[in-house]
Amino acid sequence: MTALAPPVVRGPTTTAGGASVKRGAVTWMALPALAIYIVFAVVPLLGVLVLSFTTWDGIGSIQASGLTSWRRVLTDPGLPHALWVTFKIMAFTWLIQTPISLLIGVFLAGHQRYREFLAALFFIPLLLSSAAIAITYKALLDPNFGLGPGLHLAFLTQDWLGSAQLAFAVVMFVVSWQFIPFHSLIYQGAIRQIPKSIYEAAMLDGAGRIRQFFSITIPQIKYTIIVSSTLMIVGSLTFFDLIFVLTEGGPGDATRNLALDMYKTGFQANLMGPASAIAVILVLVGLFLALLLQRLGGSLSESQLEGA
Amino acid sequence: MATLTTDATRTGRAPRRRKVRSASRPNWLGGLAGWLWLGIVIIPIYWIVITSFKSQDTYFSGNPFAPPTSPTLENYRLVVQSDFPRYFLNSVIVTIGAIVPAVALSFMAAYAIVRSAGKWLTSGISALFLMGLAIPIQAVIIPVYLIIIKLGLYDSLMALILPSIAFAIPLSVLVLSNFIRDVPKELFESMRLDGANEWRTLWSLAFPLTRPALVTVAIYNGLAIWNGFLLPLILTQSPDKRTLPLALWTFQGQYSVNIPAVLASVVLTTLPILILYVIGRRQLLSGLTAGFSK
Repeated sequence: MTALAPPVVRGPTTTAGGASVKRGAVTWMALPALAIYIVFAVVPLLGVLVLSFTTWDGIGSIQASGLTSWRRVLTDPGLPHALWVTFKIMAFTWLIQTPISLLIGVFLAGHQRYREFLAALFFIPLLLSSAAIAITYKALLDPNFGLGPGLHLAFLTQDWLGSAQLAFAVVMFVVSWQFIPFHSLIYQGAIRQIPKSIYEAAMLDGAGRIRQFFSITIPQIKYTIIVSSTLMIVGSLTFFDLIFVLTEGGPGDATRNLALDMYKTGFQANLMGPASAIAVILVLVGLFLALLLQRLGGSLSESQLEGA
Repeated sequence: MATLTTDATRTGRAPRRRKVRSASRPNWLGGLAGWLWLGIVIIPIYWIVITSFKSQDTYFSGNPFAPPTSPTLENYRLVVQSDFPRYFLNSVIVTIGAIVPAVALSFMAAYAIVRSAGKWLTSGISALFLMGLAIPIQAVIIPVYLIIIKLGLYDSLMALILPSIAFAIPLSVLVLSNFIRDVPKELFESMRLDGANEWRTLWSLAFPLTRPALVTVAIYNGLAIWNGFLLPLILTQSPDKRTLPLALWTFQGQYSVNIPAVLASVVLTTLPILILYVIGRRQLLSGLTAGFSK
């Protein structure tokens, strides 16, 4: 609480505007952060483009090879497949998580004591690493040693990660399990900031709960919906840890999205050139989506979007 | 602890209001979703915890949801003997080693950006940092790998720390500069009149006023680094350089049939974060959203 109170101001608080004492330079303070950021983020961003025009096995020397890598990637049927998987993951992520997160967000926004308690439990998945979550579900769904055979439930005793459709469904479920709490938390915060007086007025006018939800809650948190959707969509583009540990992109290549395609091409098949080309595509798709979503949210003021 | 500060109120932990809501009809759909989701979240967690205390043979024979009849610490012993203290230490070193410089450097950069607003140089720097929000680490991992090799850092904890710092900077600078911008101009002015230079102003004025934001940023990035998987997977090789998420994965590869032991490793590696969660839930939750619902 104390941190909010401004410290006691000594000396004159108002000064004659003309007193132009030269301000000490501060720009240098940005330099250490800038240096490390440039070396490990900006240079690699340019580097990945450069590497996509080379041939490298990850160990030996790097040789310029023109468009070889690009030709290889663009003619490989693996690329449209990986793009399709990425797109499917993205679409389902959004379609599943947004309505559920909104519902739970509304529910948790209530100030009842038991809801505070529920919220504390809801957010536990946020603390677990993707690796831990994937390992847990792998054990839980194991057709021989998992929950299904233990409970003798036939429908739970399937080879969940062995069939393409089931594996995809499992990935979507586990992703939802992991990320819905985060988005619920964002919505909870936003909904609590809606002035109560708006709801009171709506109630006096006889608006029901559903009407209130669509006419007040949704428009009031429009900005948050865009932020949450952006995080979901751009984030889903780079799902790696979870899918890698859960299915390794399998069975076959049923869950091999762009990020996995890049990893497997680069670090398992040792084709760093083509892998870099896939990474460039990943960056371009991400930028395109981010700009598209920003355009969609264009009606919102610039300053609000800065918070994203 | 006086932890409930700006960022906590930002996520809406506003003073409890009059009970207007309770007068209205209950929200059946929301309630249903809420309780259903509780089950979906709690059942796997319950199963992880009880199973981790079962021996391998009682696990196969008994009802998977029944608590263990004779709880055993055997699984935990196996996990601890499999070098997990070492991996835990590695995770602590990497997380602390990355988060302290990341937050300090981001704070300085944010201060510089706010204090010299309008200058073309700092505007450019600021735009460059903003661009970083759009760079996914997966997309640049190959050049990062190359740079780490060239620096001779491959297979060291430093190889994990340096990129972690770099990728924590963009969001940290953004959040922190928004907070520093909220500090009243008059306070800076009076510091200046008192003869304080920028370095002193940074630490004795901006630092205490933005402490809640610093904690938020540290938690958000700290959790991401603690749980990080890709960097250790690609930039390390030897078993003694593993961090916890990677160790979990290799442990599972080794003992995949021994489900109680695998789950014990999951419990053990999550425990530190869970303890932190119990101690500082509000801080942690507001840190998790890093001001996204501002």
